[in-house]
Amino acid sequence: MTVARLEGRQVAAIARKELRERLRSRWVLAVAAVFTLFALVIAYFGAAQQGAVGFKGIELTIASLVSLAIYLVPLIALILGYDAIVGERERGSLDLLLSLPITRVELLIGKYLGLAAALAVSTLAGFGLVGVLIVAQGGLVALFHYSGFMLSAILMGMAFLSLAVLVSVLAASKTAASGAAIALWFVFVLVYDLILLGVLVLTEGALPGALVSGLLLLNPADVFRVLNVFSLEEVKTFYGLATVASDTLTAPWLLGAVMGAWIVAPLALALIRFRAP
Amino acid sequence: MNTPAIDVQAVSRRFGEVQALVGVSLAVGEGAVLGLIGHNGAGKSTLIKLMLGLVAPDTGEIHIAGQPVNGPVFREVRRRLAYLPENVVFYDNLNGLETLEFFADLKGVARRECPGLLEEVGLAPAARRSVRGYSKGMRQRLGFAQALLGNPEILFLDEPTTGLDPEGVREFYEILARLKARGVTVILSSHNLAQIEERVDRLALLQGGRLKAAGTVAELRAGLNLSLAIILKLRTGSAAALMQSLALVDGCTLHTEDGLVEVRCGHDRKMAVLEALAAHAGAVADIDIREPSLEDVFLGYAET
Repeated sequence: MTVARLEGRQVAAIARKELRERLRSRWVLAVAAVFTLFALVIAYFGAAQQGAVGFKGIELTIASLVSLAIYLVPLIALILGYDAIVGERERGSLDLLLSLPITRVELLIGKYLGLAAALAVSTLAGFGLVGVLIVAQGGLVALFHYSGFMLSAILMGMAFLSLAVLVSVLAASKTAASGAAIALWFVFVLVYDLILLGVLVLTEGALPGALVSGLLLLNPADVFRVLNVFSLEEVKTFYGLATVASDTLTAPWLLGAVMGAWIVAPLALALIRFRAP
Repeated sequence: MNTPAIDVQAVSRRFGEVQALVGVSLAVGEGAVLGLIGHNGAGKSTLIKLMLGLVAPDTGEIHIAGQPVNGPVFREVRRRLAYLPENVVFYDNLNGLETLEFFADLKGVARRECPGLLEEVGLAPAARRSVRGYSKGMRQRLGFAQALLGNPEILFLDEPTTGLDPEGVREFYEILARLKARGVTVILSSHNLAQIEERVDRLALLQGGRLKAAGTVAELRAGLNLSLAIILKLRTGSAAALMQSLALVDGCTLHTEDGLVEVRCGHDRKMAVLEALAAHAGAVADIDIREPSLEDVFLGYAET
C-alpha cells in the first residue's frame, strides 16, 4: 500500500455515515436513555449505604456516577466498535469501500471518529439531565467537577472504542470479535482490580506505592476512576485502591496523557494491522 | 488500441493451502467487454480483486491504464474504476438515496447525480425507503447504481445478475449495452454462460485458478473443433440415397429417431455434409444446424 496524504474529506464522509447509521437506528437514543435512567437512580440512591436517600452533595453523587460509568461506558464502547471492520468484511461491503479512492487509514480513522461521535453524543445526552440537576444545586464548582466527569467518561469510552476497533481489525469473524470484546470488558472492568487487590492483600502492603499506581495506569477504567476520585477530596477515602496511589502519579495531566495513550495506541496498532492487503 | 485498459501478467496468488490463481496473464483492450467464466471457486472473484488491488499478487504484475493500481496515483486510477462485488449487503439503516450519496462523496461525485442514477436502475420509487426492506434484486440494482457513479472508464462486475428476476436481468443487459456503446471497458464474471455469450466481446475461461482459454466465442468454439449437430427432417420414401451418401462422409455419425435424422460431425466436416445434402436436396423437408453451445465449449476446455 502506498503512503498517501490523509484526505480529510474522505475521513469525514466515512465518519458522517457511521454517526448517521447510529442516530437512525436509534442506538444513540437507546444508550442515552439507559445512561439517564441509571444516572438518576444512582444519584438518588447512591448514598443509601451511608443511611440516607435523596440527592446528596455533588462529590458523593459524582463518586457514585463514576462507579456506574466504569461498568457501562466501556461495555457500550466495546459493543459499538467490535464489528467496525469485521462487520463490513462479512457484509461484503469492505471490498467495495477499499476499491474506492480512499486509503485504509482514512477508512479506519473515519470509522473511529464517527463511532466516537455517536458515543460522545449519547454520553453527553445520557448524563446531561443529572448534570443539570447537580449544577442547579451546586453552582459553578459543581459544573466544573461534573464537566470533568463527563469529559473523562467520554475519553474512557474512546479508549475502549479504540480497543474494540483493534479487535474488529484482528478478528476473523463477527462472532470471534464479540467474544473478544466481552473478554476485554471482563478483564479491564471486573478481573483486573480484583487481581490487583489480591496482590496487595497477599503482599500485605509491601509493594511500593509507585508500582501500585503504575499498575493502575495499565487499565483505562482505573485511569478514569483515579482521575475523578482525586479531584474530589471528600470521596478519596471511599476508595481503597485509589488511595494507595502516590500523588505524583495521579496528577491530572499525567492521567490525561495516559488516557490519551490508551486512545492512540490500540488505534495505531489497528492501523498497522489493517494496512497490509 | 495502445495501452490495454487492463494488463495482467503472470499473476499467482495462494491463500494458505489454496492456490487461488496460477500464472494468469490477460489483457483487456479499451472499450472491450470481457466475460470471466468458470465454476464457483475457479478464481474469478480473486482475479477481479487482484485487478482492483484489493488483494496483492504473490508474483506477477497488474496494470490498469498503464498504472499499478496501488501506485502513487492510485486515487486517480481508482476514480476511473468501479466495482460491484458479489452479494454485497448495504447499510440497513440508510435509505437508497443516502447510500448512493455516501458512495458519491467517497468518489468525489456531485450528489445531484444520485437521483438520476436511481431512476436509471429503476429504484427511484424506493429511494427514500430503508435499504433494510429491499429485496435481493433491489440491493443489486443499488449496487449497480453505485458502480455507475461518476462515469467510470472500467467497470468490474462480479456475478452482477445474481438475484435479479428475468426483468432485472434484461434491464441490466440494456444498461450494459449503453455502457459498451459509450466505450466503457467491462469485466463481467458469470457462471451462466448462455446469458453472457451474446453480450461479451471476449471470454476468459478459468478453472482451478488457471486460465484455460481466452478469445472470442467463435475462437473458443473453433479451437476445440466440437461436433455440431445437423437435424434433418426427410420426405417419406426418398431418403435412402441421401442416407447412403451421408454415410460416405468421413468423421460423421448418423442417428435416426422419431423420423428425424441427427448427423454429428466436426466443424471441419460441416461443408462436406452440406454438400452431400445439396446433392439430394429434394429428400430434405427441413434442416436445423446446432452449433455447440458455450456450455459444450466450456466443458470441452475444462476436460483438457
